[in-house]
Amino acid sequence: MLYREAGQFITHYRADQRLFRLRQDRIGFYLLLASAFVLVPYCGNDYWFSAILIPFLVLSLAGMGLNFLTGYAGQLSLGSAAFMAVGAFSAYNFNLRVEGLPFLLSILLGGVVAGLTGVIFGLPSLKIKGFYVLVSTLAAQFFVQWVFTNFAWFSNDSSSGVITAPPLDVFGLDLSSPAGRYLLTLTIVTALGLLAANIVRSELGRNWMAVRDMDTAAAVIGIAIPKTKLLAFAISSFYLGIAGSLWAFTYLGTVEPHGFDINRSFQILFIIIIGGMGSILGNFLGAAFIVLFPVLMSHIANGLLVGVMDSGHLENFQKIVFGMLIIGFLIKEPNGLASIWQTFTQQLRVWPLRYWSH
Amino acid sequence: MNTTQPLSPPPLLQLEHISLSFKAVKAITNISFAVQPGEICALIGPNGAGKSSLLNVINGVYRPDEGAISYNGETFNIMQTHHAAERGITRTFQNIALFKGMSVLDNVLTGRNLHVRSSWLEQVFNLGRAPQEAVRQRKKAEAIIEFLHIQPWRNNVVGNLPYGLQKRVELGRALAAEPKLLLLDEPMAGMNTEEKQEMSRFILATQREFGTTIVLIEHDIGVVMALSDHVVVLDYGKKIGDGKPEEVRQNPQVIAAYLGTQH
Ligand SMILES: Nc1ncnc2c1ncn2[C@@H]1O[C@H](COP(=O)(O)OP(=O)(O)OP(=O)(O)O)[C@@H](O)[C@H]1O
Ligand SMILES: [Mg+2]
Repeated sequence: MLYREAGQFITHYRADQRLFRLRQDRIGFYLLLASAFVLVPYCGNDYWFSAILIPFLVLSLAGMGLNFLTGYAGQLSLGSAAFMAVGAFSAYNFNLRVEGLPFLLSILLGGVVAGLTGVIFGLPSLKIKGFYVLVSTLAAQFFVQWVFTNFAWFSNDSSSGVITAPPLDVFGLDLSSPAGRYLLTLTIVTALGLLAANIVRSELGRNWMAVRDMDTAAAVIGIAIPKTKLLAFAISSFYLGIAGSLWAFTYLGTVEPHGFDINRSFQILFIIIIGGMGSILGNFLGAAFIVLFPVLMSHIANGLLVGVMDSGHLENFQKIVFGMLIIGFLIKEPNGLASIWQTFTQQLRVWPLRYWSH
Repeated sequence: MNTTQPLSPPPLLQLEHISLSFKAVKAITNISFAVQPGEICALIGPNGAGKSSLLNVINGVYRPDEGAISYNGETFNIMQTHHAAERGITRTFQNIALFKGMSVLDNVLTGRNLHVRSSWLEQVFNLGRAPQEAVRQRKKAEAIIEFLHIQPWRNNVVGNLPYGLQKRVELGRALAAEPKLLLLDEPMAGMNTEEKQEMSRFILATQREFGTTIVLIEHDIGVVMALSDHVVVLDYGKKIGDGKPEEVRQNPQVIAAYLGTQH
């Protein structure tokens, strides 16, 4: 079947407002979901679940969180990992201290606490702009890490603030195997991903972009700027908080505050730069890149440069290549992989009729 | 002045003794004038005369040092932007202020935000009032898009559109709000004759079809004479003329200060 929109006439606004307007896109999406939920759990091995797929999914979710705030609402942030930490540590404490609280509900409450924390650190954005907002999120990054490292109560008096995953029981199912953890993560990320697509296409999403592109004009047409910005901080941090819980409980199993340091915040920023600001798909592409790139590099190094480079050198070499790629993206393709993908599908729509102008 | 004339309705907008300065610069000095409901009032004057500043005072972007603004029966010393928006005042900007990364349709839809009734939670979960409202808002936005003949660019990102089209989209975003009072800051600047005529037709059609009151800043005297019911002339922040287009044209002070020096 050709990738073509011929014969698909959209006659209702409701049809036009769907997530995927082309039938081929819809079918492709359902096939992708079906294989992720059915095929992959059967065919995948533990290495793929634990080292590739789970971190890919969690980082995609974190990317969504940051993308709401930075890509859509235009507020710079280097505090992503702080909100992830708040989510993880809150969920851990809810689960620990509230008898019989279901795992999923703990994660959800962790997200809510992260969202509220986001609102607090977002308050300065009502008075200041751009670079100074970045400083406020940076303050969140250092403050949160300091709190979780220095107040042992948050980690139930464990040494150096380490927290451990509660039992991964969901509706009586034990999901602690790699495949189980993968399916749990996949379910949550799929649900929140679909919700994200709705958010950015709703009035709220438009208001975010309006504030990002031209805040005076946004105020003049009646958009309530403070509410719009604070909702961006809240929803962004909620998503990051959930991602933090998943990072701690379905990916790592145990985590210390240091696991949510500023390097993690940079990693998530790189995901949205590489994947694409202001795109939901971009978060998945960016996260896939971030997870697969080191794997790919070490394979190449093992194949070509065996004996030439030791692992320490390799790591530095990876960082250099990675840094150059980031710069390359910022200069050549500021809208990231998502924009490359879009150009590609645009061309596919007319292929092989090259001269049909759109 | 003309007490013998039949009683006219109260003005929609009345500025009284408005003054505004930026540090040492006096941008506006003691300006008063009234805009009747349904009229097109042109604001003219040389560069730096204070025209844009005056629009900014009317919808609350700038705060005047002195004076009062009466609008539709209410009097404000300082207008807040959201009060202005809620009361049906919208505008376009001299340097296009569109949402560049958004599509034409999304820009126009954003213009309708004060007419949206469903909450963000309803919209995000597509519940309650949201699904029907999305279709209703879309229909209204499409009507504006059709009115301005910009259907072919509906899904284009506005930042990539040519200048003339962007000016039209910005008018569309303002019209989407269904304004009572529309403030247009040089809607035809940088356009060729043909584009100016097209834009003039849209402005006249807006006045006629929707009964919108319009305050318009424009440098092209031909356009001003053709469009407006009422002309206010500013020079160095002071009002030097106010009346029907033909009266203003005869005013020697205006000729000296404005028409003589600048076209
Ligand atoms: N935000 C501002 N800060 C400082 N000075 C300003 C500001 N806005 C306007 N001015 C000054 O106020 C005066 C009036 O400017 P304004 O933009 O209102 O003129 P204008 O009549 O719209 O001119 P033009 O035809 O060039 O658009 C100018 O001297 C300008 O430099
Ligand atoms: Mg001006």
